[in-house]
Amino acid sequence: MNIAFGLKEFLFLLTGLKWTIFLSLIAFTGGGAAGLLVAVARTAQNAALRRAMMLYIAVFQGTPLLMQLFVVYYGLGLIGIQLPAWAAVAIAFTLNASAFLGDIWRGAIEALPRGQTEAAIALGLPMLSRLRDIILPQALRIAQPATVGYAVQLIKGTSLAAIVGFIELARAGQIVSSQTFAPILIFGIVGAIYFALCWPLSLYSARLEAKFAAAR
Amino acid sequence: MGPDLDFAVVMDHLPEMLMGCLGTMALALSGMSLALIIGVAGVMARGSSLPWLRRLVIAFIEITRNTPFLVQIFFLYFALPAAGLRLNPTVTSILALGLNGGAYAIEIIRGGVQSIHKGQIEAGLALGLHKAQVFRLIVLKPALRAIYPSLTGQFIMLTLTSSICTSVAAYELTSVAQRIESDTFRSFEVYFTVTLMYLAISWLLMTAFAAFSRQYFSYPTR
Repeated sequence: MNIAFGLKEFLFLLTGLKWTIFLSLIAFTGGGAAGLLVAVARTAQNAALRRAMMLYIAVFQGTPLLMQLFVVYYGLGLIGIQLPAWAAVAIAFTLNASAFLGDIWRGAIEALPRGQTEAAIALGLPMLSRLRDIILPQALRIAQPATVGYAVQLIKGTSLAAIVGFIELARAGQIVSSQTFAPILIFGIVGAIYFALCWPLSLYSARLEAKFAAAR
Repeated sequence: MGPDLDFAVVMDHLPEMLMGCLGTMALALSGMSLALIIGVAGVMARGSSLPWLRRLVIAFIEITRNTPFLVQIFFLYFALPAAGLRLNPTVTSILALGLNGGAYAIEIIRGGVQSIHKGQIEAGLALGLHKAQVFRLIVLKPALRAIYPSLTGQFIMLTLTSSICTSVAAYELTSVAQRIESDTFRSFEVYFTVTLMYLAISWLLMTAFAAFSRQYFSYPTR
C-alpha cells in the first residue's frame, strides 16, 4: 500500500495547516483577552488576587503544555462537558496563552513609571479608564516584540494537538508519512510549512525589538 | 454527585511514576549538557572567519527556533536510521533535546560574551593577570552570571519539552503516564498526578539553580 506523495497528499497537509492556523488564532485571541485580565489582576492592589494570579501563571509555566492538554481534554469530559476535540484542545491552548501573555503584559505594566498611575489617580480617573486610556496602551506597546515572539511559540505549540489525535498540520504529516513511507520527505515539508508560518513573525518580533532598543 | 474520581488506582502505580520522574530528569539533564556543548561550539562557529560556517550556524538556529519540537524529533527519528545511525528512542530524544536547546543556548551565550567590554580584558592584563586568569575571572564568570537567568530558564523549558519525547517512546514520565493510562483507563487522575510531578520537578530545578547561583555568582557587582 505504498502511495506516492502527490497533489492529494499535499492538499491533505494543507487541510491540516488550516486547522493549525485556526487553533492558533482562537488561542491567541481568547488567550489575549483572558491574558489582559490576568495581567491586570496580577498587578492589582489586592494582594490575594495578585498571589492567585502568580500561582496561575506559575502552574502553566511550570508544567508541560502536553500535560495541560491532557488534563483539560480529559477533565472536561469528567465533569460532564462533551465537546468536540478541536474545542477541548482550543480551550487548553487558550488557558496556556492567557498565562504566558498575562505574564508578558504584567512585566510591561510593571515597567511603566509609577508616576503614570499616580498622575491618573490625581486626575481623578476611575480605575477602568486608568487602565484603558493610560496604562494598557503604553504597556501593550512596550510588550509588542515579546507578544509577537509568543505567537511563534503558540503556533509551534498547537502541534501537540497531534498527540491527542486531532488532525492539524503535524498529525496530517504523521498520517501522510505512514501512507507514503517517506517520513523524511514529509516531515521535511511539514517543517518547511511551519517555518514559513513562524519565521516572518520571528523576524518581525526582532525588528520591533531593534526599533524599541533604538528609541530608548 | 460529583465527578467519578479514583486516585487509589493511580497511587498503586506511584513507584513507576517516580521512576518516570527520574527518567525525565536524566533525559533533561543529558539534553541540557548537550545543549551547553552545542551552545559554546555554536558561538565559536558563529564568530568564525569562514562565511559558510557562520551562515550554517544561523540557518541551524532559525530553522530550529521556527519549527515545532514534535516535527524535529519525528524528523530525527526517521532521518538518523536513514543516515545509517540506529539509536534507541531515548538517545534520539537526548539528541533532539540537545539540538533544540542548543539553538537557543547559542543566542543566549553569544549575548553574554558580547556583554564583556574589551576594556575589561585590557584592564585585567594591565593589572598583571595571566591570560588564563583574565579569561576565567573577567570574561567567563561575569558572562556566565549575565546569562545565568535566561540559560536556566531555557533549561527548565527544555525539561518540560522533554514530555514530547513520549511520541518516539523514550523512557520518561509522560510515556510512563500514557502506559498507566492505557492499563487503568483513569486518564484524568493519571495526567493530573503527573502534571503535579512536573510542577515539582520544575520547582526543584529552579531551587537548585538559584542555590548554585548564590554559591558561585554572589560577589559584588559594583
